[in-house]
Amino acid sequence: MESTTSDHAVDIDHHVRIYITVFVALMVLTIVTVAVSRFHLPVPVAVGVALLVATVKGSLVACYFMHLISEKKLIIAVLALTAVFFIALMALPILTVHDGYWIH
Amino acid sequence: MSQPAAVAGHQTHAHEAHHEELGFVRKYVFSTDHKVIGIQYAVTALLFLFCGFSLMMLMRWQLAYPGAALPLLGRILGEARMPGGTMLPDFYNELGAMHGTIMVFLGVVPLAVGGFGNFVVPLQIGAPDMAFPRLNMASYWFLFLGGVTMLASFFVAGGAAQSGWTSYAPLAIIAPGQTMWLIGMIFLITSSLLGAVNFITTIIQLRAKGLTFMRFPFFVWAQLVTSFLLLLAFPPLEAAGVMQLMDRLAGTSFFLPSGLVVSGQVLNVAGGGNPILWQHLFWFLAHPEVYVLILPAMGIVAEIIANNTRKPLWGYRSMVYSVVFLGFMSFIVWAHHMFMTGMGTTMAAFFQTTTMIISIPSVVILTALVISLWGGSIRFNTPMLFAIGFLPMFGIGGLTGLPLAFNIADIPLHDTYYVIGHFHYVVAPGTIFALFAGIYYWYPKATGRKMNETLGKIHFAGSIVCMNVIFMPMFLIGLAGVSRRLFDGGASYAFAQPVLHLNVVSSWGAWILAIFQIPFIVNFFWSIRHGEQTGPNPWEATTIEWAAPSPPPHGNFLVAPEAHRGPYEYSVPGAGKDFLPQFEA
Amino acid sequence: MDIPYTVEVRRDTGLTNGKIGIWLFLASEVMLFGALFASYILIRTGAPVWPRGDTILNVPLATFNTLVLISSSVTMVMAWASLMRRRLGTFRIYMGVTILLGFVFLTVKYFEYSHKFEAGLFPSTNNFLAIYFTLTGLHMLHVFGGMCVNAYLLGPGSKLWETNPKWFTNRVENSGLFWHFVDLVWIFLFPTLYLL
Repeated sequence: MESTTSDHAVDIDHHVRIYITVFVALMVLTIVTVAVSRFHLPVPVAVGVALLVATVKGSLVACYFMHLISEKKLIIAVLALTAVFFIALMALPILTVHDGYWIH
Repeated sequence: MSQPAAVAGHQTHAHEAHHEELGFVRKYVFSTDHKVIGIQYAVTALLFLFCGFSLMMLMRWQLAYPGAALPLLGRILGEARMPGGTMLPDFYNELGAMHGTIMVFLGVVPLAVGGFGNFVVPLQIGAPDMAFPRLNMASYWFLFLGGVTMLASFFVAGGAAQSGWTSYAPLAIIAPGQTMWLIGMIFLITSSLLGAVNFITTIIQLRAKGLTFMRFPFFVWAQLVTSFLLLLAFPPLEAAGVMQLMDRLAGTSFFLPSGLVVSGQVLNVAGGGNPILWQHLFWFLAHPEVYVLILPAMGIVAEIIANNTRKPLWGYRSMVYSVVFLGFMSFIVWAHHMFMTGMGTTMAAFFQTTTMIISIPSVVILTALVISLWGGSIRFNTPMLFAIGFLPMFGIGGLTGLPLAFNIADIPLHDTYYVIGHFHYVVAPGTIFALFAGIYYWYPKATGRKMNETLGKIHFAGSIVCMNVIFMPMFLIGLAGVSRRLFDGGASYAFAQPVLHLNVVSSWGAWILAIFQIPFIVNFFWSIRHGEQTGPNPWEATTIEWAAPSPPPHGNFLVAPEAHRGPYEYSVPGAGKDFLPQFEA
Repeated sequence: MDIPYTVEVRRDTGLTNGKIGIWLFLASEVMLFGALFASYILIRTGAPVWPRGDTILNVPLATFNTLVLISSSVTMVMAWASLMRRRLGTFRIYMGVTILLGFVFLTVKYFEYSHKFEAGLFPSTNNFLAIYFTLTGLHMLHVFGGMCVNAYLLGPGSKLWETNPKWFTNRVENSGLFWHFVDLVWIFLFPTLYLL
């Protein structure tokens, strides 16, 4: 898996370029999300937009800074499993307390 | 405990000779060796089991003879809790909350996962130790800190927690004794989380050459799934614990509704909180927690049954798929503990359905274990007696859970003694029997000596009878409508009068059960010096831990083992003997 | 006795023990913060009124903090990249900046908190503030923890580079994963608490 030092240096140069690109994207998206909030959109829409932007930002951090985009299957599998339970924890309590919250 | 293998050890672990000899403290107190840590966990857990058992025996006096003065012991416990030897209701509540807390978090889990998991798993997968030995040591000491905190809570102003092990808001927030419980829980949760990381990494990364996942002993699968449950289910309770601490100490109202009246006065808090939120976060952990309680036990029973029937486990593959499926489902059933919180029919139907589905893998595993007995050449030694005893006891526990899974049937049964009977059958003659079985079974590996068989059989016979005497009547009391956590066992209710005598039966069962633990305690200590000496494989077993010397040296194996076949190759046709160990070429 | 796969990867998984260990730990942290977000959802939807974040909290300051944390994430990954390029000096600079930016973040939060307290706004005042202080407080603890580990790796821990550079690089990478996760949590925390 570890090749020669020089191959590595080239590899890293490529990665560094990606890091800088992602950094700029993250800064821009931060400004975007703050700017959008000034429009005082109706709450459900505001929530949707904010979460969407946050998800994009988070995905960039996860995929590129945390190298998830090239990570081994085992790690992805553990995270996918975690995501399922995370969603269950988000959704089931609110559904139980306000039964049929999103159904009616 | 010196080894004839020390010479061989010197050759293969040449670099070991360069390590300076560790002092007593580094070797036995702050050790990073998984075997020492496993024994630390086991001994600590057994002490806490004894503690929790003692609390219960006190409670059972009050339940059998409500209001009667307890001779001798009543005096010792002081006027604040037992004036004139008569138990105060608040003290009863302390005993109840701490009995549950100690048994679950300081007794069973540390023994099943911390003790057996730590000691056996690295040996069973042919590893030299856990993946993170220092983290392992830290895990134990967090448990120790948590235990000390919990015990100390009895001696602070206000006493120990008295709102049930479930610590429901708003009672838990306004009642005394809860703060140290919460701090203790944070230590214990940290211990479990670090342990879970260690177990999963170890099992995946440090397994021996040739040990594929489908060649794992079932015990390893059980511990792997258990670790995932601990890893992902505990953090929400940690978050909830922090929030409850904030409610108690920082005046927040996460779980306090608006307008709550306490002792005739409206509570001076912001309000707007939700007590049901606590229940969701608590049960999100506590449901997977009950599978943490049972899975290692099933693993132990599987090992011992395979070994003592001299045949492979029936349905190994089904058992593996079942245990993985069970682990997954356990995360989405939790609100069956909350059917009475006013949820609508849609969500009740959802949780009822997932709960019914989760019973299927449990049944598959139990059935496979029972069928494994068929046609076996059964050796009825003490571990096997406890393992076989586990089967019908877990069966009763599991079956009695079914009415509780239906939200309609749960209405009259919720929070009655029926529930207490149900879960005690699963944990007490269920898990604890499996843990006893494991102690008798792996004691020779840890010490190089076997425990005494006669004492073991007495321990078993007395325990299985007493367990049933204690818990069977509880179904009847519960069906009659007696609620749990009543400090007089229902005596002040007219409808309970016909069944009250059963409280006396249960109590005497409990006190006699205590007497039958004496042969075990004596046996445990006596056998360290006087038990029959054994070699590496006294049970003629097939799994890799039996390749190591008894007890194993630091680093476990003289030569790194390799798995050549499945874990239960017993009575293979054409083989010279009735077992082919995994580790033999 | 040596534990295998601390530095070299195990062939069939392609991973080191530390990499798996840190990801497992991060999975548990997802559930920890998840529980707090779930609590936020439950409490907010059950509340008759709920203030908009920007009516109580300081959005410009928090925006600045967000940019600070994102920058620290970049410098963290650059610290690791420097080690991969075998440049210890550059590593020291990037790691130092990462820790410094973390310190800036904590300082800004200190000012935010003390400003709230001076205005008589405490966790006990209402549930919005309760969840705000709890979520950001827990997040701060994680920032502090990450800084401690990074400081160790910058300081005494860096001695490992001389004897086992690959192991040290792996440690920095794993610590970086934790740091990125802390940034990730903030990426969700910031809009949730301040903008909605």
